[in-house]
Amino acid sequence: MLHLLNGPQTLGNGRGFWISAGFVLAAALIYPAFADPYDVGNFAYFLIWVFMALGLCLMWGYGGMLSFGQTFFFGIGGYAYGVFSVDLGNAYGMALGDFAMAVLLAGLAAAILGYLMIYGRIGGVFFGIVTLSVTLALAFFLGQTAGPEWAIGEARLNGFNGMQGMSPLSIPWFGGGIDLEETALYYFVLILLVCTYLALRVLVNSRVGNVLVAVREDPQRTELLGYDVRRFQFGAFVLGSMLAAVSGVLYTSWGQFITPSSIGLPAAAMPIVWVAFSGRSDLTAVLVGTFVLLAVFQTLTIYSEQAALILMGLILVVTVMVAPQGCFVGLSRIANRLPKRNRTLRVPSAEPG
Amino acid sequence: MFADLFAYFYQFADVFAFLVLSAAGLAVIFGMMGIINMAHGEFIMCGAYATTFAYHAGLPLPLAQACGVVAAGLIGIVLEATLIRPLYSRPLDSLLVTWGLGLIATQGTLIVLGSSMAGIGTPGGGFRLGGYGFSIYRMILFAAALCVLAFIYLLFKRTRFGIYARATMQNANMAQALGVRRNRIYALTFGIGAALAGLCGALYAPTMTLIPTMGATFIVEAFVTVVVGGANVLLGTAPAAVALAVTRTTLNGLYGQVFGQIGLLLAVVLIIRVLPEGFSGWLAKRAS
Repeated sequence: MLHLLNGPQTLGNGRGFWISAGFVLAAALIYPAFADPYDVGNFAYFLIWVFMALGLCLMWGYGGMLSFGQTFFFGIGGYAYGVFSVDLGNAYGMALGDFAMAVLLAGLAAAILGYLMIYGRIGGVFFGIVTLSVTLALAFFLGQTAGPEWAIGEARLNGFNGMQGMSPLSIPWFGGGIDLEETALYYFVLILLVCTYLALRVLVNSRVGNVLVAVREDPQRTELLGYDVRRFQFGAFVLGSMLAAVSGVLYTSWGQFITPSSIGLPAAAMPIVWVAFSGRSDLTAVLVGTFVLLAVFQTLTIYSEQAALILMGLILVVTVMVAPQGCFVGLSRIANRLPKRNRTLRVPSAEPG
Repeated sequence: MFADLFAYFYQFADVFAFLVLSAAGLAVIFGMMGIINMAHGEFIMCGAYATTFAYHAGLPLPLAQACGVVAAGLIGIVLEATLIRPLYSRPLDSLLVTWGLGLIATQGTLIVLGSSMAGIGTPGGGFRLGGYGFSIYRMILFAAALCVLAFIYLLFKRTRFGIYARATMQNANMAQALGVRRNRIYALTFGIGAALAGLCGALYAPTMTLIPTMGATFIVEAFVTVVVGGANVLLGTAPAAVALAVTRTTLNGLYGQVFGQIGLLLAVVLIIRVLPEGFSGWLAKRAS
């Protein structure tokens, strides 16, 4: 199982990569000791979005399905968590139950939508516009639920102003739960992210991942080799969408609110920009790139949100025109190639590959 | 009885016009080039804004609307030559580029022109029939939608450009080998598509609030009409618009606007499950 952490579908397989990754993780673990809680909470906020980006990376970069619907599932996850936590509370580990139910609900929605699209053989550009249509429709729908009749149990949907007052995630502990806020939330998200990242690495390097990449490269050839293409696409779509829902739940728990504007435009464009810019075909590139872009975006938003969004649009256009593979994947390919070439030049008899 | 029937027809015509006008530009570009123009909503916004500017500058409304059409069309031709042309072989990448452009256009308009703009009052007044009130301008929009469908039909079936365009659509390399200038055809097609989007904005400018994000109101309907219509504009768009308008009108009448839209979307997802290539793919298969 663990040997699958390294493989042909991921960049950064050498010892150097894992050592530096270990240092980054160690730095992230001791970071709260040196920063004030507000900054730690902000750091957690950046990490929250990475799940959604990794999900898109899986379905688009590895599976070849360009979905514009990540915020659709983000919204389902976030709103579902809000409704569950208002109605069912967060005591005695119930918060984690709310979390799981919200993600499963989004998974169910993804299964229905994915079944209709993938088994209807909707591919290419149509996949993109159907997912976007659904996303925009959900945003419109939630935008007009302002009246008191739009409530599920105690939970008011509140239209354009969004849901508020849900309780934060909490884990059961001796003598009462620990509410996950600021530093506690940071550690929770960090550990969850490390697990997700490693699990996805194992997945894409496994047999399933290899078939998924084969589907991306040539669906017809893969089918002729005897694989049911639709099953692999369906699985990747549902899993990627559920990761978006994880982001949604964490976001709602982080700020204790969620509004329709985190579903509709321009929010729906953000995951695409992160993943396209970072390099959609590699998990590590997406992890790093998303984090960098989020930090840049937040810095700029302080001055002007419009300017920050224009920059995101520009980044998308320039990436596609100049470096369609993505910035980080391109850079790491170059970095990988240089030392290897030197080594083989100097010591021709050294170990191959 | 007659008044009730007319009221149903009027609502159908309203939805039908909205679907056809918002989808025409998108469908022409997609049918010809296989590219979905994600900045479609922003071309609509551009048409509406240009119309409003021209109107406030003192032009009569129809002339102002012509300005909106021309402005969107010219921008479309320029964008095609600079950004879309290098991406012909990568349709998904052209999706991303046009989306980035849309984002830039919306937010840029927000910065330059602010969050809203003084609009134009709806012209034309209304008439009454059997206790219901009807707007004349909505009937003009319906007529305009029929004209757009007729225009597309005549353009592609009855002109030299149309023959070249259909040849390019069928086999671009062969058409080029026979002397058709492919790039010029594509540039013109993209320009016409953008101009039709501009026309949509120009026509709806007097009926709605002008905000930089107004394009988003149109694109869901435009997308679903194109998806249901399929690849061939000539065969697909009109039947798709009729089918969707009937669905939407009926659902609106029974359950209200919101469920009208959601039901429309559900209908679309079910239709593509049954007819993955849309109406035009189905009709073409039956014909052959």
